[in-house]
Amino acid sequence: MAGYLARRLGQALLVVAGVITLTFVIMRLVPGDPAVAFAGPKASEAELAAARARFGLDDPIPVQLWNYVRDLVTGDWGTSLHTRRPVVEDLALVFPASLELVGAALVLAVAAGVPIGVLAARFKRRLPDVGVRVGSMLAVSVPVFWLALALQTVFASNLGWFPVAGEYDGELDTTSPLTLWTNITVVDALITGNWPILTSTLHHLVLPALVVAAYPAGVIAQLTRAALIEESGQDHTRLERALGFSESRILTRFALRAALNPVLSLIALVFAYSMVNAFLVEAVFNWPGLGRYAADAIRSLDTPAIAGVTLLVAIVYVLANLAVDLLQGVVDPRARAG
Amino acid sequence: MSTGRMSGGELRRTLPRLPARPTDRLAAVGAVLLAVIVLAALLAPWIAPYPDNQPQPLRALLPPGGAHWFGTDQVGRDVLTQLLYGARTSLLIAASVLALSATVGVTLGLVAGYAGGWLRDVIMRITDVFLAFPALLLALALAAVLQPGVTTVIMAIAVTWWPWYARLAMSVAASVATRPYVDAARCLGVPAPVIVVRHVLPNSLTPVLVQLSLDAGGVILVAAALSYLGLGAHEPTAEWGLMVEAGQTLFTTNWWVVTFPGLAIVLTAFACNVLGEGLRNALDPRRTVR
Repeated sequence: MAGYLARRLGQALLVVAGVITLTFVIMRLVPGDPAVAFAGPKASEAELAAARARFGLDDPIPVQLWNYVRDLVTGDWGTSLHTRRPVVEDLALVFPASLELVGAALVLAVAAGVPIGVLAARFKRRLPDVGVRVGSMLAVSVPVFWLALALQTVFASNLGWFPVAGEYDGELDTTSPLTLWTNITVVDALITGNWPILTSTLHHLVLPALVVAAYPAGVIAQLTRAALIEESGQDHTRLERALGFSESRILTRFALRAALNPVLSLIALVFAYSMVNAFLVEAVFNWPGLGRYAADAIRSLDTPAIAGVTLLVAIVYVLANLAVDLLQGVVDPRARAG
Repeated sequence: MSTGRMSGGELRRTLPRLPARPTDRLAAVGAVLLAVIVLAALLAPWIAPYPDNQPQPLRALLPPGGAHWFGTDQVGRDVLTQLLYGARTSLLIAASVLALSATVGVTLGLVAGYAGGWLRDVIMRITDVFLAFPALLLALALAAVLQPGVTTVIMAIAVTWWPWYARLAMSVAASVATRPYVDAARCLGVPAPVIVVRHVLPNSLTPVLVQLSLDAGGVILVAAALSYLGLGAHEPTAEWGLMVEAGQTLFTTNWWVVTFPGLAIVLTAFACNVLGEGLRNALDPRRTVR
């Protein structure tokens, strides 16, 4: 197990190093001279040279890459051109809101996807199954930004059941201000017992979380169905059937337990994917998260901020994968060999 | 094969059999739907009721009706016409991305998988890095720093997509490289490039084909998302994501401007996804679950 752990950690570190290099390369692709952007178009040759020296643009590329890595490791992710604040501080502020949205969406996705998958497997090739297959395929085929706009228009603008945008009512900041601990509003409101903000946030969370949940719910339903059907062909299922257990009981009591393993590892994979889907949803619902920050950064060609968002999500993805692999290594010794 | 022609029976035996199951009816629906969309895209100049990108400000925001089946948009363009031309953009992007990524990925993957050793390790580690980014994120970062446009979208998505094909081809090549017939060819002194092209490449075609059809829907969704964010196609190119973006403030008052382009994306992605899944179930004998 220790050897497996070390090998897997080493791999993850290598990938993170590659991710940093790739981000560095992307940032070098920006058209135009960063020194001109900093010193202004009318700058003299001497001013340009000073700007180049300041940003280390005269150094050989490997030296620049090394400096970039050193800065990243020491917590200097550059300064946003758009908010004029350190990128790390910006990220610390907006990332928790995205985590809140994606977390809520994944809870919804599992709560809906697993039972739907069980239903489809129970009535395999009959009407409920066909309905689930079409429905889950539609859920993974729908563009999130359009689903977000559609739900917002119908359930917020027209019916008025849910708020149109934002994380909670702004006026609550004065009537019952929130003490920040984790920056995740729901969690902070819960531990400080701030009920007005908690209920308002949950109310605001419903529509965006439903939109982000569509894709993972569809994938989870499909995988649960496939895993259950595979289990139903196994010897233990035949035994359970011979012992007189009902089909529903075999599915939920025995097969589901075995089928949940692949579902768990899938969640880590769809987590990062949902994070990026959340970008588009946040832009529509004006959710104060990573996505809205990224959209602003893209609009103002704020390369340090774009690089920061890219790095953060990629690192989260690597960590999520690592966590799943290690968990499976603990649960299933066969996984350690790979 | 010495005659160079196959009898009908031989052909039928060579082609993978498509079992007639209820799930395959869904795949058939997808195939028909996709065929209709491809045909509509190809024939757009002839079947579109109005010329491409023809704004008529006096006819702006007309609801769906006799003269304009899907209504008109904010500058008076016929929505159906824009949808038909938009299909060309989406399908062109998807085809280019998949052709580029499959060519680069399969070539690298076959070479690495057959050669093995350090070359395989290096390429594996490189694909690891690319696969550490969700596709939309890397495409987003690339498109954000380059000039927006259809070519940028194609390049940005292809850069994020080739590693999947490299991985796939690598695993096929690695498993084929140890087969007796490849050993035999090697012993006969057949040069490695010839072995790769004649014996390894054909083995990878089926899984690559399945992967291509599975990926098409995803590429269309990513491309639409990039255009929606203003990083992809821009006016006057007709593009579905762009149509949603341009009309989004009108959703409550003029639903047709946003609803139809969105449905076009859903239908196209859905068709590709069910067709891809059906092909995978039919062609991949390891997957017995249907």
